[in-house]
Amino acid sequence: MSSHHRTPPSRRTRNRAVAPAAAGAVLALLLAGCADGGGGGGDASGAEFNQGETEVVNPSDRRGGTLRYAISSDFDSPDPGNTYYAFSWNFSRYYARTLLTYTGAPGEEATELQPDLAAGMPEANEDSTEWTVRIKEGLRYEDGSEITARDIAYAIARSNFGEQALPNGPKYFQQFLADSEDYEGPYGDSEDPLEGLGGIEIPDDHTLVFRLRQSFAEFPYLLVQPQTAPVPPDADRGEQYQTRVVSSGPYKFDGDYRPGVSLDLVRNDQWDPESDPTRDALPDRIEVQMGVDQNEIDQRLVNGELDVDLAGTGVGPAMRGSLVTDDDRRVNVDNPQGNTLRYVNINTVVEPLDDLACRRAVMYAADKDALHRAWGGDAGGDVATQILPSSLPGADPDQDLYPSPEGKGDLDEARAQLEECGRPDGFSTSIGVRADRPSEVSTAEALQQALNRVGIQADIKQYPSDSYTNTQAGSPDFVHSNDLGLTVYGWAPDWASGYGFMREILDGDAIRDAGNTNVSELDDDQVNGWFDEVVTLDDPDERAEVYAQIDRRAMEQAAILPIVFERTVLYRPPNLTNVYYHPGYSMYDYMALGTTRE
Amino acid sequence: MRRVIGGCVTTPMDAPESSQYADPEAVAAGARGAENRSLRQIAWQRFRRDKVGMAGGIVVVLLVLAALLAPLLTAWFGHPPTQFNQHLIDPLTGGVLRDPDNPGPGVDLDPWGGIGAQHPLGVEPVNGRDLFSRVVHGARTSLLVATVATVVCVAIGTVLGMTAGYFGGWVDTVISRAMDIFLAFPLLLFAIALVGVIPDGAFGLTGNGLRIGVLVFIIGFFNWPYIGRIVRGQTLTLKEREFVEAARSLGAGSAHIVFREILPNLVTPILVYSTLLIPTNILFEAALSFLGVGINPPTPTWGGMLENALRFYTIAPHFVIVPGLAVFVTVLAFNLFGDGLRDAFDPRSSD
Repeated sequence: MSSHHRTPPSRRTRNRAVAPAAAGAVLALLLAGCADGGGGGGDASGAEFNQGETEVVNPSDRRGGTLRYAISSDFDSPDPGNTYYAFSWNFSRYYARTLLTYTGAPGEEATELQPDLAAGMPEANEDSTEWTVRIKEGLRYEDGSEITARDIAYAIARSNFGEQALPNGPKYFQQFLADSEDYEGPYGDSEDPLEGLGGIEIPDDHTLVFRLRQSFAEFPYLLVQPQTAPVPPDADRGEQYQTRVVSSGPYKFDGDYRPGVSLDLVRNDQWDPESDPTRDALPDRIEVQMGVDQNEIDQRLVNGELDVDLAGTGVGPAMRGSLVTDDDRRVNVDNPQGNTLRYVNINTVVEPLDDLACRRAVMYAADKDALHRAWGGDAGGDVATQILPSSLPGADPDQDLYPSPEGKGDLDEARAQLEECGRPDGFSTSIGVRADRPSEVSTAEALQQALNRVGIQADIKQYPSDSYTNTQAGSPDFVHSNDLGLTVYGWAPDWASGYGFMREILDGDAIRDAGNTNVSELDDDQVNGWFDEVVTLDDPDERAEVYAQIDRRAMEQAAILPIVFERTVLYRPPNLTNVYYHPGYSMYDYMALGTTRE
Repeated sequence: MRRVIGGCVTTPMDAPESSQYADPEAVAAGARGAENRSLRQIAWQRFRRDKVGMAGGIVVVLLVLAALLAPLLTAWFGHPPTQFNQHLIDPLTGGVLRDPDNPGPGVDLDPWGGIGAQHPLGVEPVNGRDLFSRVVHGARTSLLVATVATVVCVAIGTVLGMTAGYFGGWVDTVISRAMDIFLAFPLLLFAIALVGVIPDGAFGLTGNGLRIGVLVFIIGFFNWPYIGRIVRGQTLTLKEREFVEAARSLGAGSAHIVFREILPNLVTPILVYSTLLIPTNILFEAALSFLGVGINPPTPTWGGMLENALRFYTIAPHFVIVPGLAVFVTVLAFNLFGDGLRDAFDPRSSD
């Protein structure tokens, strides 16, 4: 269920803090430099630096043209039931409609939920253990057959249950649905593929009733996942369904998906625009090219030979340096803050970090300024002093339990803490890091230098990124036997609430033998209790208060050394219309995009 | 440039010239006059006249000296290889500031990457570490790994090559097939996989000591067949030669023939081949470091520096050029030196 770097959706809510906007404004001024003193025009379209974070750039309802995407890697799978990448969750909406969806608008409105296939918002019973969703009638697949509630239950079943469940996506439904422990999944032997799935009842063709094991006030967030897009059981071919997904949205596959090569979409004439609140469906055709080198993608974007980098993680460092220093192109750059926290786990079990004072010594000795630089300075992110991204309810950006002058570290306090934990001359430990992530390696080097100032010797140990989160940092045994007191890590929420963000990395119950995401192994009774309590609270404000408590407690326990809330540098070609940053996906809203080019 | 991989080094030694290594009895027999020069002397004279080879040799000597004296050299400039100098760096782009003391409101980067009296080769983007210091320290790792790996290659290759060539028969068949298998091995993939799974400590080594050990093992243990084939071929020829026949007819045993008659005649090709193997191994080590499976940071390596530098090629081109040139010059120097040695020892080349 790990979501590092897969950056799945998130929700930005009403009490959005001012900090990110302010930081963005400072950056805008800084980048504007002396050229035009505030980033006014420069471009014919009149676009401004970072305009796309808060408003729609190049609004247009012009239909037609081909929208060209490219990506350096590939989909984990374009099958909506078998994917965990945020870009894939965003892109799959072209051909897969879900029960609920995010609002198609920039800023804080974007992460309000609204019905997509559903006729209205789900209704909960008294204690939030039973949720009823009605779906719209008359919706059709690309072949003209009708979409039914049963197809949605089937889609949830194939992606969550049984040994042959599709592997890539999260398994929240399996975790929360009641009476389904023995369900073998739809690929089992039984005649009825849904036999044993007691947690979903289908009273009629257009109604679904979800019954949960426990109260879960944030359940509607799960219905945004592409796993709730309908799949006709007859067309399902397991993992091979990705070759030709049956469309319920405005576009359908034009030919097969060719892994590592291409995916093309054309209009689906069975889609009813009247039934769809979020999709503008402006282009006539959509093309995706895979396996293109990142530097080439960046160059082609700037040259106008490409419209969107599908991955949505921003241009590479080489292009970033030249974009932010180029007065003419800067106006076509967005630099929004996402919900990804870059941080270092401070393990609470490995000696001598099992002693709170030793962990606090690390917190005080760290040089936040150097760590910030490792992530690309102001364009790369905003310095973090708390765990919850500032746009999430309960976040307190003013909280700073380990202050220091200019963020360079408080060495006197660090030495006092070392004294207290009985290691006045420091100690030695190791920093685990992914070898093929240069920013993370820079982070480790900067931390090593900073800790060295108070006598803490930290050896850097590199691991391959494809096994790091599972068998090295993700394995408590490995962490203990290799003395990995510190591990460089990143985290993005599956949905943007304190629970969606912090539960996997701070709850003692989330500690696992492999694929462990609570890498600091914080197992604190107070924190664990709050996580159990918060899902039973109906009032979002009450939940926000609990999240604030958890954040503060984890920082007091010095389990996590936050570095930055990441910013991406996105290039927005001038021919692209309706461009805005969608905080639910931490990239542009692909459903809104159009092009002025034929 | 002549490539040697694949075993195209062919320097059969003529018996009279090489007899100073060979049977002492032959020398005692006065095969030639006292004014005759030994092969070594002839080779040295030829080599001195080869300006290109000499230049390569001088650069190699300087490189080795620089690597050995790295701590002294960096102490002289006062910038240890891991010292951060972030006051020189623009935090936004990570580039090197043109005027660190008065950073303007805009972004004003130094296209030369901070090259000056303080930092003769400039500094790294982001953290401002001194590039001269890192390149010189990087030479230690590169040369250490490449040299030790070459020694391992040569040791294994010589022993197995001579065994196969001298004893022939099934011994030859087994060793030759083993060579084929090793040559067919996807070495780079194996190296990446192995470095990924090695534990934190093994064989009494930990950290970078273990990493260096693993690199030496991979490069040395899987590259021996190249030299093994050459040695085997030479041995096959040498064992039929008259001086070996003579020794045998005088009742010399296998040990005597192998160590006293054949081995001395192999010294030259092995020496030449080793010199040409070192640059190949330097490149291999750089490739592994580039792929992130080499030495752990912050210990500098040329491949690791290159990998890091590619992210900044638009704003800090010097960061690509400096370690790139270091690899280029070193490999070129070793190759020229090796070619010069080969020509000098080649009896067929004109005097």
